[in-house]
Amino acid sequence: MNTEKLNFTVPSKARMFSFGLMAVGLISIILMFLTDHVDGDPDYHNTRAWSNVFSGAFFFMALSLAAAFFLGLQYAAEAGWSTTIKRVIEAVTMYLPWGLSFMMLLFLLGQFQVHHIYHWMTPGIADATSENYDKIIAGKMGYFGVFWWVRTILYMIGWLWFTFKLRNNSIEADKLDVDINNSYHWKNIKIGAWFMVLFAVTSSTASWDWVMSIDTHWFSTLFGWYIFSGMWISALTAITILVIWLKKEGYMEFVTESTIHDMGKWMFAISFLWTYLYFSQFMLIWYADIPEEVVYFTARWENYKALMWTVFFINFALPMVMLMSRDSKRNFFFLMFVGTIIFIGHYLDVIMIVMPGTVGHHWTGLSWMEFGCFFFFLGLFIYVVLNALAKVPLRVKNHPFIQESLHHSI
Amino acid sequence: MATNKHIIHGIFGDEVPMMEACKKLRASGIRVKEAYTPMPIHGLDSLIGVPRTRLAICAFIYGLTGIGLATLMMWYMMVSDWPNDIGGKPNWAYYFNIPAFIPITFESTVFCAAHGMALTYLLRCMLVPGAKAKNPDPRTTDDKFMLLLDLNDAQSEKAKTILKDSGAEEVNLINSYVVEPKYILEETH
Repeated sequence: MNTEKLNFTVPSKARMFSFGLMAVGLISIILMFLTDHVDGDPDYHNTRAWSNVFSGAFFFMALSLAAAFFLGLQYAAEAGWSTTIKRVIEAVTMYLPWGLSFMMLLFLLGQFQVHHIYHWMTPGIADATSENYDKIIAGKMGYFGVFWWVRTILYMIGWLWFTFKLRNNSIEADKLDVDINNSYHWKNIKIGAWFMVLFAVTSSTASWDWVMSIDTHWFSTLFGWYIFSGMWISALTAITILVIWLKKEGYMEFVTESTIHDMGKWMFAISFLWTYLYFSQFMLIWYADIPEEVVYFTARWENYKALMWTVFFINFALPMVMLMSRDSKRNFFFLMFVGTIIFIGHYLDVIMIVMPGTVGHHWTGLSWMEFGCFFFFLGLFIYVVLNALAKVPLRVKNHPFIQESLHHSI
Repeated sequence: MATNKHIIHGIFGDEVPMMEACKKLRASGIRVKEAYTPMPIHGLDSLIGVPRTRLAICAFIYGLTGIGLATLMMWYMMVSDWPNDIGGKPNWAYYFNIPAFIPITFESTVFCAAHGMALTYLLRCMLVPGAKAKNPDPRTTDDKFMLLLDLNDAQSEKAKTILKDSGAEEVNLINSYVVEPKYILEETH
């Protein structure tokens, strides 16, 4: 056991890789802002570029938030199997302050009219005398405006508090020099449970506020769960890929094959949860035939058909077929391969959620802009997460379930 | 020549020596017929050489049956026999209203797979109504662990030694019986 590598140092190759991604991304973001315009449409202000930045910022923020949720869930459920990979989940949550900063910056820029992702932020939209007046949005202004900003700030403070509390308690528990001391664990169970309560409400309302309000005229109560399932599966794939990569690098030998098998099961299951919600939203609207509901899918069906089907197939059919058998969940290379595809698939899903409400019929299909922007945020995410991982030992020491997890076998 | 067979019960007070005994028995080529324990023990089934379950294959077949039944039912009811108007969309062909049919297909698949699996499991274990409990020693439902062996003369002597060495509390010869040559199957390990 002495040869076990418990302290992670970021390999220089990985560091260079993340810097490379960020550099490529930054260059393409700059190029994107320089080249993104539509001839003959003066109202188009770099909309696609801003939407891309928004998608990237949102996707990775949501991913780390879902990792925090997953961590809280493990505590609230008093689950033992995941204890060995707890540090990886904690590291993924450490991107949350970055993600929220990007979101806040984008919100502020939107409020000051630098971009027009949120239609309801347009000045005079609720003013009957203004030429920007929109009757439907004016009727919703009680929910937007100041109240929206209050909610946004409360979400951010709440999530950050819980995330940091969960991780700090776990690190503090490591410092205790005793055999068994569960005091921090009990604290975390309580914090995790309360986080579940907060998250249950705010994950839904935040996705309405931040994502659904792009299509301000339209609304769906199911939307929050749809976004939630998407971010959850992204977080699970990110954690799984990271654990397998760490194992390949020679760290985390204490993680059993069964724990990774369990992660594979989660990926499989949450892919279905996502599909269920994706399809439910479509089916209910298709069935109801109410014009103001159907408009959401009409916009996607007309200009984003290829993307819509791509997202559906690689996020549903692919994981279903490829992750169904026990052997495929125990083949690390295979799991990593499928996980990468699902991860990209869910980024495309976010693109498909954001773009029709902003870019609309100017969409010309996926291009280097989407990928460049994705690379920038991916690079930053990798850099932040690996650095967070390097700060503390990879194995939790003072945890009541660590033995159960070390001998986890299914 | 007829062979003597002996049914041996090895009773243990803890699962650790029992699992040790399983390993040793299997290493010396002796088949453990069954293990009775008060609680589930991870990894025991592979130790006594239980092959991996094929229930998943059954589940897949039952699921396909469910999909087929649901499709047939909906096609007959909603398209062929009495075309229904679904959400203002008249139903002249099955593919026309597939979104409305998917929930039913899904539920039927799950229904058939779950019930089929449960029934298969119960029948395979012969847990039919009125079946007698097969546990040979009621103590294994409380605090004892038991290995059930069914062996010939040479093997039973070896097995008794192994059981005692690995810490069995009791090694009981329950029954001996004679098997005519034509009924003897090859020993499988």
